[in-house]
Amino acid sequence: MKSVALHSKRTLVFFKSFTIILFFAFSLSSFSQEVDEARQKEGRNLYKSLCASCHKLDKKLVGPALGNIETRRDREWLYKWIRNNAELRASGDRDAIAVYEEYNGAAMSAFPQLTDKNIDDILYYTTVGDPKPKVAEVTADAIPSGGTTSSAPSWLIYVLAAAIVVAFLMIASLLKQVNELKGNKAPEIKSEIKRDLKELWEGVKENTFLKITSIIFLLLLSAYIGFGTLFKVGVDQGYSPLQPIAFSHKIHSGDNKIDCQYCHSSAKHSKHSGIPSVNVCMNCHENIAEVAEGTVVEWDGVTYGKAELDKEIAKVYKAAGWDPEALEYTGNTKPIKWIRIHNLPDHVYFNHSQHVKVGGLECQNCHGPVEEMDEMYQFSPLTMGWCINCHRETKVDLKGTEYYDKIHQELAKKYNVEQVSVAQLGGLECGKCHY
Amino acid sequence: MASDKKYWQSVEELTNSSFVETLSKNEFIEEILTDKFLGNKETLSNSSTSRRDFLKYVGFTTAAATLAACEGPVRKSIPYVVKPNDIIAGVADWYATSMADGYDFANILVKTREGRPIQIMPNKDANGTTSARVQAAILSLYDEKLRLKEPVKDGKNISWIEADKEIGAALKKLKDSNSPVVLLTGTMASPSTDKIIQEFIGQYPNVKHVIYDAVSESATTDAMMMMYGKRALPNYDLDKAKIIVSFGADFLGDFHGGFEKQYVAGRKPETGSMSYHVQFESNMSLTGANADKRIVTKPSDQIFALVNLFNAITDSNVASKATPVDAQVKQMASELKKAGSKGVVLTGINDKNAQLVALAINKALNSEIIDVNNTLNIRQGNDAAVNQFVNDLKAGKIRGLLTYNVNPLYSFTNSADFAEGLKKISLSVALSTENNETVDASNYVLPTSHFLESWGDTQFNEVTYGLMQPTIQPLFNTRQFQDTLLTWSGNSSKYYDYLKSFATDAILGEDSWNTALHNGFFNKENTSVAVSSEISIVDAAMQLSSSAKKSNGFELNLYTKINLGDGKQANNPWLQEFPDPITRASWDNYLTMSIVDAKELGFTNPVKDNGAIDGDYAKVSLNGKEIIVPVMIQPGQARGSVGLALGFGRTFGLKDEMQVGVNAYPLYKNSNNIQFGVTIEKVAGTHKFACTQVQKTIAGRHDILKVASLKEYKTVAPKDHHNGWNKPSYVSYDHKEVEANTIDLWDEHNRELGHHFNLSIDLTSCTGCGACIVACHAENNVPVVGKNEVRVGRDMHWLRIDRYYSSEVETREDAKELGLSRAKTYKALETEAENPEVTFQPMMCQHCNHAPCETVCPVAATTHGRQGQNQMTYNRCVGTRYCANNCPYRVRRFNWFNYSNNSEFDFNMNNEYGKMVLNPDVVVRSRGVMEKCSMCIQMTQATILKAKKEGRAVNTDEFETACSSACTTGALVFGDVNNKQDKVTALAKDKRAYTVLDYLQTKPNVVYQVKIKNKNEA
Repeated sequence: MKSVALHSKRTLVFFKSFTIILFFAFSLSSFSQEVDEARQKEGRNLYKSLCASCHKLDKKLVGPALGNIETRRDREWLYKWIRNNAELRASGDRDAIAVYEEYNGAAMSAFPQLTDKNIDDILYYTTVGDPKPKVAEVTADAIPSGGTTSSAPSWLIYVLAAAIVVAFLMIASLLKQVNELKGNKAPEIKSEIKRDLKELWEGVKENTFLKITSIIFLLLLSAYIGFGTLFKVGVDQGYSPLQPIAFSHKIHSGDNKIDCQYCHSSAKHSKHSGIPSVNVCMNCHENIAEVAEGTVVEWDGVTYGKAELDKEIAKVYKAAGWDPEALEYTGNTKPIKWIRIHNLPDHVYFNHSQHVKVGGLECQNCHGPVEEMDEMYQFSPLTMGWCINCHRETKVDLKGTEYYDKIHQELAKKYNVEQVSVAQLGGLECGKCHY
Repeated sequence: MASDKKYWQSVEELTNSSFVETLSKNEFIEEILTDKFLGNKETLSNSSTSRRDFLKYVGFTTAAATLAACEGPVRKSIPYVVKPNDIIAGVADWYATSMADGYDFANILVKTREGRPIQIMPNKDANGTTSARVQAAILSLYDEKLRLKEPVKDGKNISWIEADKEIGAALKKLKDSNSPVVLLTGTMASPSTDKIIQEFIGQYPNVKHVIYDAVSESATTDAMMMMYGKRALPNYDLDKAKIIVSFGADFLGDFHGGFEKQYVAGRKPETGSMSYHVQFESNMSLTGANADKRIVTKPSDQIFALVNLFNAITDSNVASKATPVDAQVKQMASELKKAGSKGVVLTGINDKNAQLVALAINKALNSEIIDVNNTLNIRQGNDAAVNQFVNDLKAGKIRGLLTYNVNPLYSFTNSADFAEGLKKISLSVALSTENNETVDASNYVLPTSHFLESWGDTQFNEVTYGLMQPTIQPLFNTRQFQDTLLTWSGNSSKYYDYLKSFATDAILGEDSWNTALHNGFFNKENTSVAVSSEISIVDAAMQLSSSAKKSNGFELNLYTKINLGDGKQANNPWLQEFPDPITRASWDNYLTMSIVDAKELGFTNPVKDNGAIDGDYAKVSLNGKEIIVPVMIQPGQARGSVGLALGFGRTFGLKDEMQVGVNAYPLYKNSNNIQFGVTIEKVAGTHKFACTQVQKTIAGRHDILKVASLKEYKTVAPKDHHNGWNKPSYVSYDHKEVEANTIDLWDEHNRELGHHFNLSIDLTSCTGCGACIVACHAENNVPVVGKNEVRVGRDMHWLRIDRYYSSEVETREDAKELGLSRAKTYKALETEAENPEVTFQPMMCQHCNHAPCETVCPVAATTHGRQGQNQMTYNRCVGTRYCANNCPYRVRRFNWFNYSNNSEFDFNMNNEYGKMVLNPDVVVRSRGVMEKCSMCIQMTQATILKAKKEGRAVNTDEFETACSSACTTGALVFGDVNNKQDKVTALAKDKRAYTVLDYLQTKPNVVYQVKIKNKNEA
């Protein structure tokens, strides 16, 4: 699996540049429409803050889809419904009761504060939808939506690659022919170098000092390299296995600023940080079935666009047994088999809560810039040397917690020390981590 | 003087001192089996594998292994789909519940990790206590070999629905024809279950409920019924007792167990008074070992002595016989009269008349110690009903049999009768948690849930109503017994709902169900008051004294062992490997015999060079029944009597390794633990015992133990240079005798900052029960090594309880000092060895501040922590074993093999279920590393972390280790000596405190408290 993860990214980068060229090849004609952008913006803001938790434009959520709602409902009726639907239902309005019953009696909040203008704006927004991105601003980071996929189909990549290779070969043979035509004779240069090397070798062979020095040098070098290699055995820094779901920490933690411990909630209680259970995902994803337009994720060397990422969200639904059409749990669940990235040997005891809650460390201290990682990888070496180094350097804040009060007083009294490192408090003792 | 006493560990050591020398020389020698490999020259030269080939293979495998090691394995992590709110991975949850398996009853707390129960501890709020068996019951939950997994009909799997349908139809047919059906169960002590059974019988009036205890206390409950109109066991408040006189009642061991807490509470030297405990007994029991005065009395003499005591106290004149112990009986009678209501007499003789006489004596004394109101319900078996049932069965009068968690085919004296009767039955249904002989012989087998997977309620005594709740989903396709009966009675409610409404209506009243369930118990008022009826005790006493016919043969005293009890948990490797507190033998039962009798009959227990003990076989016959058992010579065994433990010798369904010992139930005639007229004959063969008794020699360091009398404790200065009972060791320094602790090789570290842990062990309070040993097993993933490995001294117990024998007169020099005549000297030497005093000493790593092991480790794998713990770093250890050789306490254990995932050691660590009991916070050690007691560093660290997370200092007495929290009597106290309020701080400075082998200046962090015995001196 590791080998899968570490497969050459360079080739993929190479292909990717072609994909981008490909997108430009598809020239997208932007069809323009007269839109009152101010109203659209106003309506969109109101919609996002008041309606979006239960309504989508194009799909049912808790409530019905609202796209082009005006084509289906009378505006006056909508005013009444939005301001106080319970009153409308109580008045015996048949449509209102029908909607209420269709959605299993899930009552919508009343919004008496909305003016006619506000409601008009919202309805305007439901008609025109989101502002369309302008083609001129399209870059590799914001790939246009529509029918296009963010990455080209794989067969296309191979054909293109083959074409490039052929082109390179042709250019090379052409260059060679040009050289030959110019009359340059390559073989002669070769023999000159060979002669020089031979002389150098003879020189070295006769000079004992040089011989010994170079042997020592070689031995030292091989020892250094050998030692370094052996030391890396079992050190999985950079380990980034292919996960079953293209989950981007960047989107969640970076773009949407979700606190790490919202999902990894046991980090403050337990030795394990915990991989969140699927119901934690569903807290948000019950309402978020798709990524925003233009979202891109670098996943295993491939660029995932909206279409792919929406499929990844669907995987979460499958795991949770959530039917996104009927908006209900089927009970048919399938746990997600994540691949563990950070593995400590069995003979090491590590406790997250000790470091997160007591030590007050940021997750990033050990896990690196997770908020920038689309694909999670092991940032730190997680070797004992690395642990100990940190224990040596980190000062413990003795003030403010009652636990350390006595220790603090005595230290201050006896040694006139105000701050101590973890190591000085016994953090280097074998038995603190090995039992 | 007390501290100059000699201690010995086995009979062989006493009689043949040269062997000790050989033994100590051989203690660390490991023979290399070169002969086995190279002895046969022919096969070696004919081998097709040449040296070259061999080197090639080695080279290839090394290279392959190296290459394979470079790629780390892929580990998957599978989180919950919907996480239960109260489960956080890595954080333990505790549930309060109860154990009731028909033999052991306890209010317990269960520790679960990630939904798996991993440890049982006493529910101290409910006054709960745990024994070794209760602690080990957690492992029986994961017994994939013996537990039943699917409902079965005649050997074929069947669904629950079908089984219910078929059995329901069969029951209806039996009901319609009014054919008798018997429901045979053990004691359940569950009020709601009793009600369900009543309702079931209401539906099926042809069903009769018979309660059967494999080890019966029916005599006592019958006596109680006669005298107080209550079929129950009396309770004893031994903490208030001034004098306890026991005739063979092993109330610290297996006499319907669990009196050690009260017993020890009445024996605190600090209070200035201790109960005086006198034990008349034939087998050396745990209770006798703890007694202040143990009077060796064979069973028939116990009976006469009891009658004599009755005569003396009530001034009656029942015909009896003179016994060798009459003088002591007379003395006891006057002592008891003097103590009046503070005295108590107990007897373990399983005879209704004997129990009646004991009850009458207590009544005559007006004893406050015996409690006949708050009685115990944990043995409800009725011998008369069981006998009636067996006769009916044999006569073919019974048409249907439902059994629940009983195994009469194994535990009936006449199991052949039962087997024969079973064939005549049209419907036999076995409801059982585990597979056994009876299950195998039944038509239908319905697996029931383990008590850790079940709902339930318990009523062990009259004031504590306990609740049982599941701590794990059923591992197999099992259903609770109660649910099954409800279904058959046509009651559609689940047992949980039934229980909840029963408890709310009948017991809890206004109190909350959730609170009671959370606490695991509910204190209710005792509504059952005994009504004393006047019956003629003289008749009973007369019957009793005529029952003990002086027969020619041996008198057999059957008993149950601390580890296996009645044999319910015989497939539990922790219990099998648990050494008997007295003989220190594991994986066996045996015939205990007195030194004199053994000499006469020619039985010996030769000790091999490696410390293993061998034994001869004896043929024991009683009324035409014969069994062959090995003999263990037992100091303190009454002449003319032998002892044999029940509960062993089970074979059906057990793993091969567990099929040890001999089934003694065939000799358990009329459920009486005393059998007269037994003949014993030596037969050929040598038995290999797995006995840890003499493997660790003390090499003459007799001051390892300190014992004093209560009078000495009160009157003599402990450190007095001459007579002190806790005097320090002296060494020669600069040609002057100085106290050993004034000189030191090393500089002292400052130990005042932070925590500094100490463990105090009170030898007065330790009864040697061994609950701590099993708690340590569970907490620290201590492996089971099996009989053969124990035999050669490779047991892995981090905590052991050493048992030392001692006597006042041991050598001729001693006798001279006491001024005994020549004839008296020999007599004294003989009798003293026949009835030694016993002292138990829990021994584990002493966590020396100046540890000898630390200085010799070449790789610094064992080092000292700032908090006082001697830390063993397994991943650093290269297995030189220098540390073990340099340890004066013999507490380090070496992993000779991989004990996990190894079919050679097919115990719990070799299967998926058994491994679920492992504590995830402690690593499973691999081959080639040393291990030992860590002072539960994972627990102390967890306590510290909890305090830190909550931003507070560690509370007083918050630190615990597995052994200290399992200790019922409070003999083990753990804590931080830098916290002035911790109990252990005062204990470490107590005048009874001493450290073992103090002249070695190891400065241990384990402190012992001198054992004080009440010699009843004025």
